[in-house]
Amino acid sequence: MDSMAAIRQTFFQECEEQLAELETGLLSIESGDSDHDTVNAVFRAVHSIKGGAGAFGLDELVRFAHTFETALDLVRSGRIEADAALVRLMLRSSDTLADLVRVSRDGGAMDDQRVAHLHDELTRIADPDAATAAPAVSAPEASVDQTANAGEAGDDDGFVPLQVSFDGLLGGDADAEPVAADSIFRIWFRPKPELYAKANDAAKILREICSLGEADIACDVSAVPVLAELDPEGAYLSWTIRLVTGLGEDAVREVFEFVEFDCEFTVEQEMPADPVFDFEPEPVAAVLDQAASLAEGEAEAPAIPQKVMDRIAEVAVKDAAPAKPAAGGQSAQAQASQTIRVDLDRVDRLIDLVGELVINQSMLTQRVTEAGIARLSEVAVGLDDLEQLTREIQDSVMAIRAQPVRPIFQRMSRVVREVAEMTGKSVRLVTEGEACEVDKTVIERLADPLTHMIRNAIDHGLETPEERVETGKPEQGSVRLTAAHRSGRVVIEVADDGAGINRQRVLEKAVANGLVDPNAQLSDGEIDDLIFHPGFSTAGSVSDVSGRGVGMDVVKSSIQALGGRISIASQPGAGSTFTMSLPLTLAVLDGMVVNVAGQTLVVPLTAIVETLQPKEADVHGLGETSRVVSMRGAFLPLIDVGHELGYREAETDPLDGVAIMVETENRAQSVLLVDSIVGQQQVVIKSLEANYGHVFGVAAATILGDGQVAVIVDVDAVVAGRRAEPDLANRKRTAA
Amino acid sequence: MTHVNEHDTASSNELIAFRLGGQEFCVDIMSVRDIRGWTPTTPLPHSPDYVKGVINLRGSVLPVIDLAARLGFSSTEPTARHVIIVTQVGTQSVGLLVDAVSDILTITDDKIQPTPDVASALARCFMKGVLAVEGRMISLIGLDSVLHTHPNPGSVN
Repeated sequence: MDSMAAIRQTFFQECEEQLAELETGLLSIESGDSDHDTVNAVFRAVHSIKGGAGAFGLDELVRFAHTFETALDLVRSGRIEADAALVRLMLRSSDTLADLVRVSRDGGAMDDQRVAHLHDELTRIADPDAATAAPAVSAPEASVDQTANAGEAGDDDGFVPLQVSFDGLLGGDADAEPVAADSIFRIWFRPKPELYAKANDAAKILREICSLGEADIACDVSAVPVLAELDPEGAYLSWTIRLVTGLGEDAVREVFEFVEFDCEFTVEQEMPADPVFDFEPEPVAAVLDQAASLAEGEAEAPAIPQKVMDRIAEVAVKDAAPAKPAAGGQSAQAQASQTIRVDLDRVDRLIDLVGELVINQSMLTQRVTEAGIARLSEVAVGLDDLEQLTREIQDSVMAIRAQPVRPIFQRMSRVVREVAEMTGKSVRLVTEGEACEVDKTVIERLADPLTHMIRNAIDHGLETPEERVETGKPEQGSVRLTAAHRSGRVVIEVADDGAGINRQRVLEKAVANGLVDPNAQLSDGEIDDLIFHPGFSTAGSVSDVSGRGVGMDVVKSSIQALGGRISIASQPGAGSTFTMSLPLTLAVLDGMVVNVAGQTLVVPLTAIVETLQPKEADVHGLGETSRVVSMRGAFLPLIDVGHELGYREAETDPLDGVAIMVETENRAQSVLLVDSIVGQQQVVIKSLEANYGHVFGVAAATILGDGQVAVIVDVDAVVAGRRAEPDLANRKRTAA
Repeated sequence: MTHVNEHDTASSNELIAFRLGGQEFCVDIMSVRDIRGWTPTTPLPHSPDYVKGVINLRGSVLPVIDLAARLGFSSTEPTARHVIIVTQVGTQSVGLLVDAVSDILTITDDKIQPTPDVASALARCFMKGVLAVEGRMISLIGLDSVLHTHPNPGSVN
């Protein structure tokens, strides 16, 4: 059961990759820069998903993938043109396919109507001329259903032989396929056990051959042993097919593309009039009956002609070892060896170990310096080299967790499609810097805020096509999604070319909600910032798309939870740009190392706005215990970190310390009082929860260069703790 | 964990004995991961008085518990001669600050006697029983309850 679950997991992982490839391919077809390979890749992706899904009995997925595949096949073979409307349909189908995969994996409900609708649309594409081609398209459908049913019956009753009917195919295709310039191929096909082990099915191959033209199929059951000797995972059947088709040998060989290493097969062209190679096809149903009875243990004597056929075929295999597929196989193998799948825990363990190495190395350096060894001595120089090496190892190890932002950018193109459809706006998504790499966790947690921002950009940012035309803009709006590395962080921008923020309306709304004093004079930037305020939503009416009660404040807090910052720049009439600056990894944090009551603490740099030396005139008492600092006209609460964290009883004199102005998640500003600032440093985040538990006011721990543990201050909790009950502060943190 | 259980059901147990405030205690050797000298700890805010703080144990953050204070004795003023016994229970590692490690004992389960009623309520909830070894009395500490130290923010102070 466990190994089955593991295989299932691998299948879904591969599905994700195939879906990404499918979407990439479709998008490049849409943008016009595609060749035959792209179409093939797209087809292959759907085909692989279908193949895997069949092995796991995911019938609904198989059915949809099959219809999709059929339509794609027509594009691939050049029988229909991939125009804009068709590519859009394909993209929607790929979205639905992705949904079906997800539902199959995680459970949940699927919009059956949408699937059925797309199903119909795809069938219609594949079959524009219902009168002539109908049997050709519906026949595979029917067989798939039968296969599925047989499988289900097998689940209930134990062993039931699988029966596949080719009748519909044989009959239907004769009319549909062009008869002119037909050539005849003799195909011999014997699957190896690996073929079945990889969740392929010989019946599918045969069915595909049938779809190429008129096929007579004979099954060779001579190799099937008596039941006692039968290996349930063995492969004993082989087939001989006589195919009359208008297509060339390449097309026939392509059928075996996915299984070429897992089976033996030969394809020979036959002169139509050549009587030597003529053979009598056995009726398939009879052959299957025979196979079924064999499976029950009633072995029959092998038919001699089939044996002769086998021998001929074996010789042919040796002769015809085709050069082309082998070359293709090599490159495929070379590609496969470029990536490996590694358990994330192992990577994290490695990152931990390297973190220790870095600390150890710096401790060693410190000891050597303390021992009075000259800086130019060999020992010290060697240590310098060691330091450089360890830093490089650390960077490389961190890079293992780094992943390109491409998959998430691709997901956004789907969001754009859906929202554009819902809002009736025409939108083009432009992405840049997809190769930019960020920590896996950062990427995962970026999906929701990014989705929300894209929705907002289209729903609120972009005007309707009519409005755009009126203002002299192109009818199609554009949303730009870009990623770039900038000074050790990754900067992601979402920019639209819409109307920009309607400051008048934002201000009115803020005043109406009591967020802003009616008489307040706000700069443009300050007004723009209001949209990040909790509970603020400009949508006049709640729309389907983005007005779900979550606003930009949620986006902001999720970005901040990642140690990032978000800002907005907007120009009336020209659009808005949201800029997010994120850390490359969650394993390290830029911090300010400070001293408080003899303790070394780390304050996350993302929370810090500025540092200052408070003057006596700026500090005011407020009530009995509270104090505030006036900063440019605003009074900000002053918090003695040492007192707040319980390191000392009495609050220290503000004039003796250094004040750090911080901003919390909800944009409240406060001033933290510390004794002194040691410096800025990148620190490795260590969990306190693993061996102890959560400590109020502490975000995590880290190990400094001297080997000592230092506590990383949870700025939000420290600030909130001033005003709220600990319980409340705790709840707030869990919510974040 | 299975290993520990196997050991429990076996006829003999190995125990690490240590001194604390003039008395002798012991813990199951299967739960001991390391024994190291005292290193200064980093105090944690809002922690109970028996939590001495945290130390860096080969790259992970290890809380150190003053076992004397935990058992209700006066708290320890650690010196370089004090010892931290690194123990593992479940998924968590915790360091126990003790005066000195004295012995390794091999005993059978039937040697363990129930804790006498005279012990203080606090001490009794950590003690699984007492052993008589060469005229000395050694208390067996059950680590499960000692390690249930996670302060929840509501109940601090």
